[in-house]
Amino acid sequence: MKKTFRIGGVHPDDSKISAEAAIEIFPAIETAYVSMAQHLGAPATPIVAAGDKVKVGQVIAEPSGFISGFVHSPVSGTVKSVGPRADIAGNMVQHVEITVEGDEWMEDIDRSETIVKDIPFTPEEIIEKVKKAGIVGLGGASFPTHVKLAPPKDKKAECLILNGTECEPFLTSDDRIMREHPQEILIGGAIMMKALGVTRGYVGIEENKPAAIASMKEAAKAFPQIEVVVLKKRYPQGGEKQLIDAVIRRQVPSGALPIDTGAVVQNVGTSLAVYEAVQKNKPLIDNVITVTGRCLPVQHNYKVRIGTPMSKILEVAGGVPEKAGKIISGGPMMGRAIANLDAATVKANGAILVLTPEETRRRPESNCIRCAKCASACPMGLEPWLLNKLSRAGGLHAELEKERVYDCIECGCCSFTCPAGIPLLDMIRMSKAEVMKIMRSRPKK
Amino acid sequence: MTGTILFTIATLVALGLLFAVVLYFVAQKFKVEEDPRIGTVESILPGANCGGCGHAGCHAFAENVVKAPDMEGFFCPVGGNPVMTKVAEALGRAVEEKAPMVAVVRCNGTLANRPRTNEYDGYASCKVMASLYAGDTGCKFGCLGKGDCEAACKFDAIHVDPARGVATVDEDKCTACGACVKACPKGIIELRAKGFKNRRVTVLCVNKDKGAVTRKACSAGCIGCGKCAKTCPFGAITVENNVAYIDFNVCKLCRKCVESCPTHAINEFNFPPKPKIEEKPHEENV
Repeated sequence: MKKTFRIGGVHPDDSKISAEAAIEIFPAIETAYVSMAQHLGAPATPIVAAGDKVKVGQVIAEPSGFISGFVHSPVSGTVKSVGPRADIAGNMVQHVEITVEGDEWMEDIDRSETIVKDIPFTPEEIIEKVKKAGIVGLGGASFPTHVKLAPPKDKKAECLILNGTECEPFLTSDDRIMREHPQEILIGGAIMMKALGVTRGYVGIEENKPAAIASMKEAAKAFPQIEVVVLKKRYPQGGEKQLIDAVIRRQVPSGALPIDTGAVVQNVGTSLAVYEAVQKNKPLIDNVITVTGRCLPVQHNYKVRIGTPMSKILEVAGGVPEKAGKIISGGPMMGRAIANLDAATVKANGAILVLTPEETRRRPESNCIRCAKCASACPMGLEPWLLNKLSRAGGLHAELEKERVYDCIECGCCSFTCPAGIPLLDMIRMSKAEVMKIMRSRPKK
Repeated sequence: MTGTILFTIATLVALGLLFAVVLYFVAQKFKVEEDPRIGTVESILPGANCGGCGHAGCHAFAENVVKAPDMEGFFCPVGGNPVMTKVAEALGRAVEEKAPMVAVVRCNGTLANRPRTNEYDGYASCKVMASLYAGDTGCKFGCLGKGDCEAACKFDAIHVDPARGVATVDEDKCTACGACVKACPKGIIELRAKGFKNRRVTVLCVNKDKGAVTRKACSAGCIGCGKCAKTCPFGAITVENNVAYIDFNVCKLCRKCVESCPTHAINEFNFPPKPKIEEKPHEENV
């Protein structure tokens, strides 16, 4: 029997219509806008100024805290300006604007196709290389990878789980890289296992990607320590805590970190980036972005340099069709509507999804009939209807905290499943932010 | 038949009398002593139970004001000075007159002044909208126009006019209870002194972005140029974080700043129309 996680979950139509589109290299751009806030934590500090010449892969910003990261130039050319620019949500974020001239790479980057399997580095060297390459979790949360590879001393990692579930509908970038670069992903996994000092590795892939499963299983024959685990199709299996439960049958207790179960989860995209960084010296300067939607005539999976404006990607993909209703960054469940199409891509962008007005229409809201569908669907075991009620009443932060609103992973299963069309997640997300702010402001014990 | 009816009536009357006697003695025994002044004060108060005074309704206000040694810190924004004078009289205390206040929406980013850059189709609440992104215009500080203030107002004094897209206060109805100030997630509503004959001069902008960014987003935004601060003869204006603020306690209503403002972010209210000089009327937004 195929495995899956034990609490909650829903089954949205997976709509993987771009799965057969091979990864294409996105054509060269004229200007790149590189955000300084591409990772969770403190924004990076730019170290270049207007007029500076940069090469592909050159460091243009340094981390400004423990949880922060390096940022590299994704293009070669001249820095035009360093200043605030609107991101996809319309917030002003420091960007480095680079006018592209040619495509000159840093000399130490190995651009050949040869696959390097030997890992001659020590764990410390690996972590340093990963840090220097500015790698962040590419599953969406963009948590700096080097922090995750060096767990606190009192916690012991036992296994590494590579996340190839891609449980969000429409997204196919991970599917494509697993089909096209299985060996690199597995070497990346082996590198991270060496860094963590673990001997057991898994790759979790959902059953709706048979080609990726076949290609990963074939490649995994050379890696006896890594097992490919086929999982049932169920959203949100790609959530870190859900994946740990699905693969090794351990649940992360409320308030604990995934490392407390002994598992470290990394996305397959991150694994590929780690391989390129450690074996090829290539920092994280590009990623695979799915451009999809039922109203688009052609679906694409593009390998795009970071800092490419979204509007440019859509233009190359054939333009925004007239019947488009909403353009989303990410998948339909957790993705966010793009408020500013001129915003540039960041490291963790995985998809641009164009939905029709019918697909995005909100159902009219009616009364909660206590059917408890939301409570059954919540993968964190929360009671969304109650959290919604408390959020609407306003000011009930202590009660919300008691009901563990901070455990919400914002997967959207509750809103998806609610027959009354209540915007449960909107309310919960709002009060979660308020409660987290109160919790963070408390003095640490 | 008649016997049954009479018997029923007699029994019910007897039971009623019996319970009345019992309840009378119980009420005597467990009577709660309450300061009669609490009732007096409560009858003077408007009874809106809005919480604008900071107490849990009018009764709680009455209780607390009777317990307190003086009138310090007690003010009913709805009733204002006349009610507070009466309360003080009833308690035999002296009262300080407070300047009447009014809620002011410090944003003039109307549909005409501030073009919409995207369309928000999510849940119609400013708080939810603010938790999602910067807003449907280029300005992330201004009014979101989803009406959280309107929902919070107990006096029907603030409305989001669909033609303007910005919350508008009805000065006559506003009691300055401050409910809208708390409800606004962007913090743009402020309680300001009503001023002499309701005349006021206010910067209708809270945009902290640099001038160029503000100007691009909204034609009526404060660009932080500082001209008003230099013009003001009384030093009532401070420019901080690229936005000007007029201290209403210092402002003498000379209106020099209104003329100096290049973006018409400073607005005047309730002044008689100036003779001779034909001026472009500013959109009123109180």
